[in-house]
Amino acid sequence: YTAGGSSGAAKVVAAGLLTVGGGVGGTILYAKWDHKFRAAVENNVPYSDWLLGLALGPAYQGDIMKQVRMDSQHVWVIIADCFEKITGSEFLPHSEASAEASHIISAISEISTVPAPCDTESAVKGHCSPWSPSLSCFLSVSDCSAAVSASLEECLASSAKATLQAIGAQEAAVQAITQHIHKLKEAMEAEVPPPEKSSQWKDLEAALADRTSAVNDAETALLKAKEALDSLKSEIDKSKGLKVSAVRPLVLAAEENLHNMVVDLDRVVTKLQSAESESKIVSQYSDLVNEAKLQFQREVSSLTPEIQANWKGLTGKLSADDLNALIAHAHRRIDQLNRELAEQRVREQIHIDASLEQQKLEDQKALEKAVLTAVQHIKEDTRLEQERKLSELREVMEAEMRTQLRRQAAAHTDHVQDVLKVQEQELRADAEQVLGSKLLEQETSYRQLSQEQLDNFTLDMNTAYARLKGMEEAIDSHVVAEEEARKAHQLWLSVEALNYSLKMADADSPTMPLESAAQAVRDSCHDNDFALALATALPEESLQRGVYSEASLRARFNALRALVRRVALVDETHNSLYQYFLSYLQAALLFEAKQEAPPGQLCSEDLDPFRLLSYASFCLEHGDLELAAKLVNQLRGEARRVVEDWLTEARLTLETRQVVSLLSAYANAVGLGTTQAP
Amino acid sequence: MAAEHGRKWDRCLADTAVKTVTGLAVGVVFSVVLFKRRTWPVSLGSGLGLGMGYANCQHDFRSPYLVHGDMVKVSGEGEMWRVTAACDASFFMMSTCAHSQDQ
Repeated sequence: YTAGGSSGAAKVVAAGLLTVGGGVGGTILYAKWDHKFRAAVENNVPYSDWLLGLALGPAYQGDIMKQVRMDSQHVWVIIADCFEKITGSEFLPHSEASAEASHIISAISEISTVPAPCDTESAVKGHCSPWSPSLSCFLSVSDCSAAVSASLEECLASSAKATLQAIGAQEAAVQAITQHIHKLKEAMEAEVPPPEKSSQWKDLEAALADRTSAVNDAETALLKAKEALDSLKSEIDKSKGLKVSAVRPLVLAAEENLHNMVVDLDRVVTKLQSAESESKIVSQYSDLVNEAKLQFQREVSSLTPEIQANWKGLTGKLSADDLNALIAHAHRRIDQLNRELAEQRVREQIHIDASLEQQKLEDQKALEKAVLTAVQHIKEDTRLEQERKLSELREVMEAEMRTQLRRQAAAHTDHVQDVLKVQEQELRADAEQVLGSKLLEQETSYRQLSQEQLDNFTLDMNTAYARLKGMEEAIDSHVVAEEEARKAHQLWLSVEALNYSLKMADADSPTMPLESAAQAVRDSCHDNDFALALATALPEESLQRGVYSEASLRARFNALRALVRRVALVDETHNSLYQYFLSYLQAALLFEAKQEAPPGQLCSEDLDPFRLLSYASFCLEHGDLELAAKLVNQLRGEARRVVEDWLTEARLTLETRQVVSLLSAYANAVGLGTTQAP
Repeated sequence: MAAEHGRKWDRCLADTAVKTVTGLAVGVVFSVVLFKRRTWPVSLGSGLGLGMGYANCQHDFRSPYLVHGDMVKVSGEGEMWRVTAACDASFFMMSTCAHSQDQ
C-alpha cells in the first residue's frame, strides 16, 4: 500500500506541477497575443512584468503596429481631436474645435497613453514641432471612427518615430562626416609634432569609424523611416477609402504630417548627400594627398632606403649627405612638381571644363531630380492646400450653418424662455397658493393638536388629581375604616371578655363582678351611643356583684322546688300554721310530673304551682331560663315569696345575658360591617 | 328567701321549744309551789308555752303579709287621716301592696 501511496503522491505532485506549468505557460502565450491582458497581468500580479519581459521582451515595442492592425477604429477620434487642435491652432480661430477636442478629451474616461516617440530623440524635437503636440495628445477611445483615428495615430506615431530616428541618424551621420572631414583636413594640413600627428591619425581613424557607423545607422534608419512612411501612406489611403466624413480632417492632418515628415526626411537626406559628396571630395583629396605622400615616401625610401618610412622621424637622424641628397631630391621633386603643376594647370582647364560639363550634367540630373521632387512636393503641397481649403470651406459652411442653427436655437430658446417664464409665474402662483393653504392647514392642525394636547394634559391632570384625591380619600377612609374596625374589634373583644366572664361562673358562686369588663366595654365604645346605652343598661347588681350562671340557677331551682311544693297552699290570706301543715301534707301526698312541657298558652289550670314547677323545671332542663322565670313568676303567695330572690337572680341573669347578647350581636354586626370583604 | 324560710322554721321551732319548756318549768314550779304537785299547772304552763311559741311562729310566718298603717296628721282643711300601707319590700308586684286610703 505504501508503494501505491507513494506513487499516488508522486502522481499528485506531477499533476500539480503540470497544472502550474501549464497555467504559467498559457498565461505567457496569451499575454504575448493580447497586450491588454498582458498589461492587466502586469498590473495585478507583482513581478509578472519581469517574467513577461524575460519571456516576451518589453511591452510596447512593436506593440503599436499590432494595436494598429487590431483595432483600426481607435485612431479616428484621436486623430480627430488632435487634428482639431492642430487645425484650431493653425487655421480656425473659433473655439469650437478646441471645445470639441476638450469635449472629447473630457468625455474620455480610460486613458492609456502611448509613450511619446519623441522622448528618445529629444535633441531633434525642434523638427517635430508641427506634429509633436499631436503625438502628445494621443488618447484611445472606443468609437467606430475613433478606431480608425487610433490606427492612423499609431501609424503616424510609428512613422514619426522612425522618421525622427532617421533624421537623427542622418544628422548624426552628417555630423560624423563633417567631423571626419574636419579631422582629415586637420590631419592633412596642420603641421603638428609627430606624437600629436599619430594621435591625430588615430582620431581620424576613430572619426572615420564613427562616420561609417553613423552612415550605416543613417542608412538603416532611413530605410525604416521610408518603410514607416509607406505604411502610413497605405493607412491613410485605407482610411480615405472608408469614406467617413468625420475622418477627413484626420486624414488631412495625417497627410500633412506625412508630407512634412517626407519633406524633412528628404531635406536631411540631401544634407547627408551633400555632406557625403563634400566628404568624397575631401576624401579624394586626402587620398590624393596620401598617395602623393606615399609616392614621395617611396621615392625618398628608394633614395634613402636605410631611412625610416615616416619622414617625420627623419629629423635628427640624417647625415649631411643624406640631407644633401634629400635636398637635391627635394629640388628635383619640386621641379617635377612644378612642371606637373603647369601641366596640371593646363590640363586643369580642360579637366575643369570636362568636369564642369560632367558637373553640369550631374547638376542637371540633380536639378531635374530636385525639380521633380520639388514639383512633387509642390504638387503635394497644393493638393494638401486644396484639401485644407476645402476643409476650411467646409468648416466655414459648417460654422455658418451652425450660426444659423444657433440663431434659430437662440430664437427658440428665447421663445421657450418666455413660455417658461410665463409658466413659471403661473406655477409659482399656484404653488404659493397651495403652499399658503397647506400652511394654513398645518397651522390649524397644529393649533388643534396643541389644544388637544393641552386638553388631554389638563384632562390627565384632572383625572390624576381626582385619582389622587380618590386615593387619598380611599386611604383616609381605609384609615377610618381601619380605626373603626379596630374599635369594633376592640368592642367585640371586650364584649367577648364580658361574655366570657359571664360564662365563667362557678356552680354556686356568682361570677366575678362585671364592672371591669363593662368598663372595658364602655371604654371601647365611648363614641357609640347604642353600645354605650347598652353598656350602661347592665344592671347594677351584675356590675357590683356578678350574676349567677344558669347552671347554678337550675341547681338552686331544684332545691327551691321542694320548698315551693311545701308552701304551695300558703298565701296572704291563708298563712296560719295550720295552713302550713296542710300545705306540707299536700306536698307529701301530691305527685306531679317532674318535667312537663309548657303549653303555648297558659290556662287557669296551668297556674297551679305544681304544674308551674314542672313546666319551669322542664324549661330549665331545656335551657330556657326566660320561660322558666316567666312561669315561676306566675307563682303566688308564699311560694312566690320563697322563689322571689331566685326570680330576682334569674331576672338579673337574664337581663345581663340579654344586654351582653345585644352587645355581642352589635359588636358582631359592627365587626362584620367593618370587615373588608375581599 | 328559701333560706329565710328555713331560718324562720329554725327560729320558730327553737322558740316554741323554749317556750314550751319554760312553760313546763313554770308550771312545774307553780305546781310544786302552789298547787301541791298537781299536773294541771305543768300542762298549763307547757300549753301556754307551746301556744305562745305557735303564735309567735305563725306571726313570724305571717309577718310579710301584715299591713302596717301610720297615722299622718295632714294640716290644712280639717283633720284627715291618711293611712299609708307599708309593704314588705319584696312584695312590689302585689297589687294590694301600696294603697293609700283617703278619708
